[in-house]
Amino acid sequence: MHKLWVSTYKEFLLLIRDWGGLAILFLMPLVLLIVITLVQDSTFKTVKETKIPILLVDLDDGTVSKSIHENFSESRSLEIIKKTSETEAIELVQKGDYQLAIIIPKGLSTDLDKKVTTNVDGILEKFGLREEKDTISKTLKIEPKEIRLYFDPATQQSFKSSIKNGIDKMISKIEIETIYNAFQEQLTDDASEIIFDTESFITFTEIVPGADRNYIPNSTQHNVPAWTLFAIFFIILPLSINMIKEKNQGTFIRLRTQPVSYATVLGGKTLIFLIVCLIQFSLMLLIGVYLFPSLGLPQLDVRDKLPLLYITAFFAGLAAIGLGLLIGTIAKSQEQSAPFGATLVVILAALGGVWVPVFVMPSTMQLLSNISPMNWGLNAFYDVFLRNAGVSEIIPEISLLLGFFVLCTLIAVIYYEQKNAV
Amino acid sequence: MIQIDQLSKKYKGADFYAVKDLSLAVHEEEIFGLLGPNGAGKTTLISMLSALLKPTSGSFSIHGLDFQRHKNELKQHIGIVPQDYALYPSLTAFENLHYFGSMYGLKGHSLQERILSGLKTLGLHEFAHKRIRTFSGGMKRRINLIASILHEPKVLFLDEPTVGVDVQSKSAILEHLKHLNHKGTTIIYTSHHLNEAEHFCTRVAIIDHGKIVCKGQPKDLVVEQKGASNLEEVFLARTGKALRDYA
Repeated sequence: MHKLWVSTYKEFLLLIRDWGGLAILFLMPLVLLIVITLVQDSTFKTVKETKIPILLVDLDDGTVSKSIHENFSESRSLEIIKKTSETEAIELVQKGDYQLAIIIPKGLSTDLDKKVTTNVDGILEKFGLREEKDTISKTLKIEPKEIRLYFDPATQQSFKSSIKNGIDKMISKIEIETIYNAFQEQLTDDASEIIFDTESFITFTEIVPGADRNYIPNSTQHNVPAWTLFAIFFIILPLSINMIKEKNQGTFIRLRTQPVSYATVLGGKTLIFLIVCLIQFSLMLLIGVYLFPSLGLPQLDVRDKLPLLYITAFFAGLAAIGLGLLIGTIAKSQEQSAPFGATLVVILAALGGVWVPVFVMPSTMQLLSNISPMNWGLNAFYDVFLRNAGVSEIIPEISLLLGFFVLCTLIAVIYYEQKNAV
Repeated sequence: MIQIDQLSKKYKGADFYAVKDLSLAVHEEEIFGLLGPNGAGKTTLISMLSALLKPTSGSFSIHGLDFQRHKNELKQHIGIVPQDYALYPSLTAFENLHYFGSMYGLKGHSLQERILSGLKTLGLHEFAHKRIRTFSGGMKRRINLIASILHEPKVLFLDEPTVGVDVQSKSAILEHLKHLNHKGTTIIYTSHHLNEAEHFCTRVAIIDHGKIVCKGQPKDLVVEQKGASNLEEVFLARTGKALRDYA
């Protein structure tokens, strides 16, 4: 036990003597968390707050185009810039100056009116509320109209989808209103008389099962666990580099000639790097709780969750350290351990659902995600942060994380003993 | 006593043996020099004796303890001064020595006393709390030596302990080694400094191509070799003048 404590103290000294490394170890994960949350939060808010300039070419100049313009202006997410020429608008989008140009075709309002009036007349005739019109009016063919959307090729699919859905919804609403108005005009001469209530009858409410009815997780609740876990796993890099350095300095050789087990040497590293993980985690929580609100981001809600959060961070840290010990044991140089470790963390993060939720992955990748310790850690964090889980609910995930640590460390020790067997 | 029997080592993928069927007996309280050109097998032999390398065949025992059956016990009785400094540059001399001393199971007042005594004897007392990265080559070599003798080993292996150091540091190191030897420590050391070995060692063995070419007291070897007036001439006569470049 004395050797373990002395090894831990030595690791502590090595860590605090490297101020640059220490700063990187603690500051970079915080910078990562802040940047990612800010970026993701702005994406989250795109529809609500951020004004994206788009071009509108109104060749219709009627009630429909006026309504589209008003709707876009009210959405507060888009800034409408009017252009008169379709060609000019297309050129500007092509150059990447604008994300989108909307071209409202000529005669859209009048043709929509004609189409709706014809349909309403037809219905009223069927009900015997109107005399039959002449055959010319009945056979009048109105060509379907097309609102053209020109997107910058670099525009992300998610933005395109949200714009297309928005316009689709807007057009449906305009069509319905036009139909209601046409009926209103046909059924009464009194404009003040309201026959139809045009307000939506069906609405939806978002509710989190098992939580307060008013509680909806914000972007911070999603981002902090994911990116905290990502940062925790980046401990692999400094840890493996620390071990490679010892090999290069010859201190590992000296230790091999001494009556001390490799497990004791690794134990010292595990203890000190676990403390680093927990300090990192604490700093990230503090950032989420205290700094995010001042940056205009939603505050991290950790009420009644702290013990479980620390339990999860503890086991996630162990899993990351186990992997770092294994890489540090096997790798022969920093050139091997650093790129391999960094890439592995990114792959594990991708598989674990840090970038893209697991449920949207292809079935093979969903299966593979089950072997990523980051997936276990992320699920445990989501259980605590978003699903109000108790200890019993996170036991499967933290057991897997512990098992992963034990397995990695065991392989590291066996590999070392085999390699250096005398 | 160190008894080596038919010890061989062939590295993986190598075409030849680094050490081949080497047998040797080193007596207690000897200062035994292993001399030889580059690639002769000196470091390989010391690495096997200090439990860093697994022999391909053969066996050895130190003070009656067989290396295969008493590996951990043996580690407590031997000290190794490696060719590299094998120290943590960002730790102080005291912190390095405290750590390596603790790994031998030493602790508390006893460890502290041994550290301070070692530092004082080798003239580094006032640098105890300076970081190793600020030390000169000679100072690092002396710390390297202290780190290997804190547990007062019965046998001390030194792999070129005076390479790259100034005359003063070399003298301090050799003086201290003689002092340890007088106190009962058996010393086995490798060196390319034949003049140093001639005066420092009680016996030497010249190794070439993994085998012992000759062994004995330096003065006897000089007498036995026709036309030789010193150990360097014996060495050249026994190993030849061909360059030993290999990769």
